[in-house]
Amino acid sequence: MTALSNEVGLGATAPSISESTLAEAQEVASQPHDQTPTRHISDYVGPPITFAVFIGFWYLMSDWGLKHLFDKPKFLIPEPHVVVHDSLQSVPRGDLLRGLGYTTQVVLIGLGISIVLGMALAIAMAQARWLERSVWPYLVALQAIPILAMVPLIGSIMGYEVNSRILVCVIISIFPIVSNTLFGLLSADQGQHDLFTLRNASRFTRLWKLQLPAAMPSVFTGFRISAGLSVVGAIVGELFFVRGGKGIGALLDQYRSRNIYPLAFGALVLCAVLGIAVFIIFGWIGKLVVGRWYVSTRKSS
Amino acid sequence: MTAVAGSHSIGDIPILAALKFDNVSMTYPDGTFALDSTNFEVHPGEFVTIVGPSGCGKSTLQRIASGLSKPSTGTVTVDHDSLGYVFQDATLLQWRTVRKNIELLAELNGVPKAERQAKAQETIDLVGLNGFESKYPKQLSGGMKMRASLARSLVLDPKLFLFDEPFGALDEITRERLNDELLSLFQRSGFASLFITHSIYEAVFLSTRVLVMSARPGRIVGDFEIPFEYPRAPDLRFEPQFAELSGRVSHALRGAHS
Repeated sequence: MTALSNEVGLGATAPSISESTLAEAQEVASQPHDQTPTRHISDYVGPPITFAVFIGFWYLMSDWGLKHLFDKPKFLIPEPHVVVHDSLQSVPRGDLLRGLGYTTQVVLIGLGISIVLGMALAIAMAQARWLERSVWPYLVALQAIPILAMVPLIGSIMGYEVNSRILVCVIISIFPIVSNTLFGLLSADQGQHDLFTLRNASRFTRLWKLQLPAAMPSVFTGFRISAGLSVVGAIVGELFFVRGGKGIGALLDQYRSRNIYPLAFGALVLCAVLGIAVFIIFGWIGKLVVGRWYVSTRKSS
Repeated sequence: MTAVAGSHSIGDIPILAALKFDNVSMTYPDGTFALDSTNFEVHPGEFVTIVGPSGCGKSTLQRIASGLSKPSTGTVTVDHDSLGYVFQDATLLQWRTVRKNIELLAELNGVPKAERQAKAQETIDLVGLNGFESKYPKQLSGGMKMRASLARSLVLDPKLFLFDEPFGALDEITRERLNDELLSLFQRSGFASLFITHSIYEAVFLSTRVLVMSARPGRIVGDFEIPFEYPRAPDLRFEPQFAELSGRVSHALRGAHS
């Protein structure tokens, strides 16, 4: 409050016509958006509790559920501490970490291609309504056809190597980028567009100074969704396109076929961790880019 | 000077008005008859306000004046290069700071960086936004946003300012305060104004002339000279003469509305 009052003092000494700044500064100070979000104790308690429930459920299924509910042997779901213990042994640990690095590479390459192609496509579609109308059906179709149905075809045409895995990543992750970017580009309000129209702004200026910045919150939502999908794409790709480096998906398949269930679960956990990591990272970058100005509808409390 | 639609009826006679509506009417493609043959002029130094009921075509008139809409018939004469505008919403760009928002129109006009920055600083001082230059719109109150919106056009040194119910969403106290400040700017900068509102008191307080519009299709049915001298003190609002004039405008408005 003192800082604000000082600024007001400045305003009053300048050759200003305003004597009202103080009252309005107070109004500003009471604006909810100007406050840093306050955290409640529930924000910290919630995640550990759900994690404990999750681990508890895992033990329950392993020690009791498999036998009594499904009448299956216990080794199909090893206990969490066994999974952790076995996965941390030096040989599987090395394999899993190398696999993680390798899969991450494919995920990022696929996602990068999706971002570039998807955003370019969305920008083109925002410029011409006929293009938007003609391209949409194919994007929706791409989304509707299960990726597994396309995998054999992709293999036959492109071979069973890394390129095919990257292609799977792109196919599976491009849709949210196109749809979110397009939605964002069209989200600038009419009054703002009028302003650009009145100054005879060119299409490029309108795109660069109005539509793209307005699209950023939505674009980053798209990145976040696509990042997760790209992980799925990379893992699925590895299950089918086995030539080239061994990623987590390939290890998962190998452990499962050799009945080493603790390691198969270890690989599964790593897949999850990778998915969560890219999700968080893109959320964080998004916050960095638009957090200063974007008003999320989600209340901080 | 450019004319929008219709024919040039001006010929060789020098144009004195900052804005001239000559038999302008507007029918939207969907058949809505928004504006009936409208004639008026706004001269340099004049503050003309149009009052009318909601949906009477006031905003249509303002859009035509700015060049955003073309009239169905008639001629509008206005210099588009020296126009300022404040809309109902502040329409600030959320991702730009106050300072960068105020520079926007000058930037779109291709004004060199140093020049527009200096000009922006000048108008920031003028509208009382010192200390708020690096805030984002989400951090501003409604009144502050409107100041920024006003400053954004002031940077262009407009000869004619178009206001479309700019203070309609603000509370009474903020609105009156901004009215006072707007009048100081009007006197200081010497732009002509075309102001749209549905508040009779705001109209009488601000203007040199008040035009009353009928319900749709809008047409001008009343024309009042407001004789008060500038600068106008805030307490003018409580003078008997002010009340009397407001009453006359109000009657004209009711007559047009029934």
